[in-house]
Amino acid sequence: MSEAVKEPSMLLQKDMIAKNYDAITSKHETGRKVSSTFVPGNLNELLMCFDILNNLPEINAIQNGMRKLSGGYIMEAEKSGHSEDVCTYVKADIGMMGRGNIAPNGKPFPDPDVLLLSYTGCYTFMKWFELLRAEYKCPTLMLHVPYEGDGHSTKNMRDYVVKQLKEVIIPGLEQVSGVKFDIDRLREYLANSAKAEDDLVWCLDQGKRKPSPIDSYFGGVYYIGPIFTAFRGRQDAIDYYKALRLEIQARIDAGQGPMTPEGKSLDDQNYRLVVEGPPNWTSFREFWKMFYDEGAVVVASSYTKVGGMYDLGFRHDPANPLESLADYCLGCYTNRNLPTRVDILTKYVEEYEADGILINSIKSCNSFSAGQLMIMKEVEKRTGKPGAFIETDLVDPRYFSAANVKNRLESYFQMIEQKRQGAHRAA
Amino acid sequence: MASTAELIAACQTRFEDIDFKDARAWKAAQPGRKVVGFLPVYVPLEMIHAAGCLPLGIFGGGDQMEVIHGDAYYQSYICRIPRSTIELGVTNRLDFVDGMIFPFVCDVIRNLSGMWKLMFPNVWSKFFDTPQNFDPEIGGVYYQAELQELRQGLETLTGRAITDDDLRRSIALYNENRDLVRAVYALRARQPWKAPTSDVYLLMRVGLTMPVEEHNQLLRDYMAAAAAEDRPKRDNVRIAIFGSFCEQPPLNLIKSIEMAGCYVVEDDYSLVNRFITEAIPTDGDPIAALSLAYLQKSVETSCKYVPKEEDKGVFHVERVRAVAAEGVIYATPSFCDPALLDRPMICARLSEAKIPYIAFKYAENSGQMQPIREQAGTFADSIKLWS
Repeated sequence: MSEAVKEPSMLLQKDMIAKNYDAITSKHETGRKVSSTFVPGNLNELLMCFDILNNLPEINAIQNGMRKLSGGYIMEAEKSGHSEDVCTYVKADIGMMGRGNIAPNGKPFPDPDVLLLSYTGCYTFMKWFELLRAEYKCPTLMLHVPYEGDGHSTKNMRDYVVKQLKEVIIPGLEQVSGVKFDIDRLREYLANSAKAEDDLVWCLDQGKRKPSPIDSYFGGVYYIGPIFTAFRGRQDAIDYYKALRLEIQARIDAGQGPMTPEGKSLDDQNYRLVVEGPPNWTSFREFWKMFYDEGAVVVASSYTKVGGMYDLGFRHDPANPLESLADYCLGCYTNRNLPTRVDILTKYVEEYEADGILINSIKSCNSFSAGQLMIMKEVEKRTGKPGAFIETDLVDPRYFSAANVKNRLESYFQMIEQKRQGAHRAA
Repeated sequence: MASTAELIAACQTRFEDIDFKDARAWKAAQPGRKVVGFLPVYVPLEMIHAAGCLPLGIFGGGDQMEVIHGDAYYQSYICRIPRSTIELGVTNRLDFVDGMIFPFVCDVIRNLSGMWKLMFPNVWSKFFDTPQNFDPEIGGVYYQAELQELRQGLETLTGRAITDDDLRRSIALYNENRDLVRAVYALRARQPWKAPTSDVYLLMRVGLTMPVEEHNQLLRDYMAAAAAEDRPKRDNVRIAIFGSFCEQPPLNLIKSIEMAGCYVVEDDYSLVNRFITEAIPTDGDPIAALSLAYLQKSVETSCKYVPKEEDKGVFHVERVRAVAAEGVIYATPSFCDPALLDRPMICARLSEAKIPYIAFKYAENSGQMQPIREQAGTFADSIKLWS
């Protein structure tokens, strides 16, 4: 495949990520402290209050998946006793450690000073950091975020999270960093977050247009990058989303669809889809091509909500800083119960006028995957739109079967066509 | 006095009955009675009992049920217990169950709680999220409020209040149950030939489907019968089983391990009734007592966070030492995230303690026992020869 064509916002983000990796890998020179933490329940603003850098093992696994390194890392972890059945992000991370723990900038990752275990929406997180803790022997700060089993958070849940922030997380970060917590600093960062969140929501909302100027899955994973990772609360995230907004506005003005990696805009959009589940990273571009070759554009997705459901109205709130962080953690997509996920996806199909829902079921992600067949049936039933189900994995190349995925997608597009023809005949 | 064989035969009949006739009969015996199902691995059964309900342990369909509908709800890479539990539901085998509690075990059971809400909207169903912060002032405060919410849910279901005295009485009964359960386990650890694991397993499993008062009597009867009987002692090695706390192995697998030359002297099969390790106080605030028991007097298992790295797996090593086990079989269901993610950490601790171990995977409907027998038999031989 030729070199992927990148839009200016992608290049901007690439530069931000590179600088963050450089900051992490130069920790010994600069004296900065480094945390490892997760995307859902990410407390970046809080870490910034202690001048702690944010390193995200999930993102490292994704980077390694896209750079075709994760397969070897996973096998390395399996050789050392990790089961073939468990999360491949975990194994890619542990396998990377076994092979020198090299960051994307080619320099070794330093050991983290703290593991911030923001345990939101995924059981594996807890075990992942128990495993890392055994390697790094560094302090681990656990923030238990209760699951919204009844479809909503309660005062008790919120109070519990706030109490942990006050009595466990903040004192722990003070101890690691030697920096005293300043709530006004947190308020300032949260205000920055809210600005970027407004622009992100505007961008994702443009999927409602016809043609859609964005792809909310393959393009969406780029759009969420800064806000889900080490940049939320920072000025460069605000700048990024302003730039992204201008880029999307320019496409709207030109009547263009999203840019594909081949540098062409997808203007002839035959199918509008809602996608549930994370993407496959090891064959990301090949996977995307299967969609744009058929004129399929993803207008909304659930994966772009794992790090926060801003489109449903949540904003970080400087007036209630700790409560706001609690609400953020509680409201992440995979922390919501199955009926709520069905409601959200149904709403997406309807509001984005999609042709149906496609589920990319990930072999090693039970948090997303368990129950997805029922989700598909329910959304089909409620919307009257057809659903389809494909199976891949996050970063294990052994579980990406291009021919199978392509066959299923082609069948799905035919199904949508038949539905349309049936509807025309009925009319 | 009934013999152990007679008692265990009755247990086996009950264990194999996936239509839950006895639980149905209990409900039908008195108008207004309610049955509340629960999944592994820990639910405060005292609360269900205090509500006047029968707590009914649901451990999937085992190897006796053909799963047809359940497979349509799950991909091939999801464990079997949720699919056979759904099969129980859609085949109306649980149509007499008024409520379902899904405690925190893993993301699969967590998501099953939501599926149950969608599939059975007339059944009260509750995801019960136990704390992972074990400070009484933080996790304890949260957990007490969760227990109160559970109490209110059960009160709404039954239409009757659960008083503190109701709870204290139930705690006392379950304390008695825990004492008796520990006594049976201690008997097995002392004289495993007198209380084989296939017996103990059935005693414990059916105990989770019957009124606790009845189970207490059954445990007394079994211990009395076992003491009176003379069973041949074999030249078996003493092993502990870990990793089997949620989806259960088929009974034949449990028997196969014994037949391969292993006396199982410690296990975490179905766990629920051994989750709390000490008596819960029956004076004072019963909610606070239940909460503290969970926070401070409960087993280490893969569903719980271990706050200190140095404590990880210590529980397992201590249990092995306490029962003088000579080795460990880490037996986990396929695709079980908690047990499989824990496996490297627990096994590393066993290695450090120079405790030999093997590991294998199973499903609740595993049918081929020969490989298990060979693996367990080789393990037993290796312990005899070299340990």
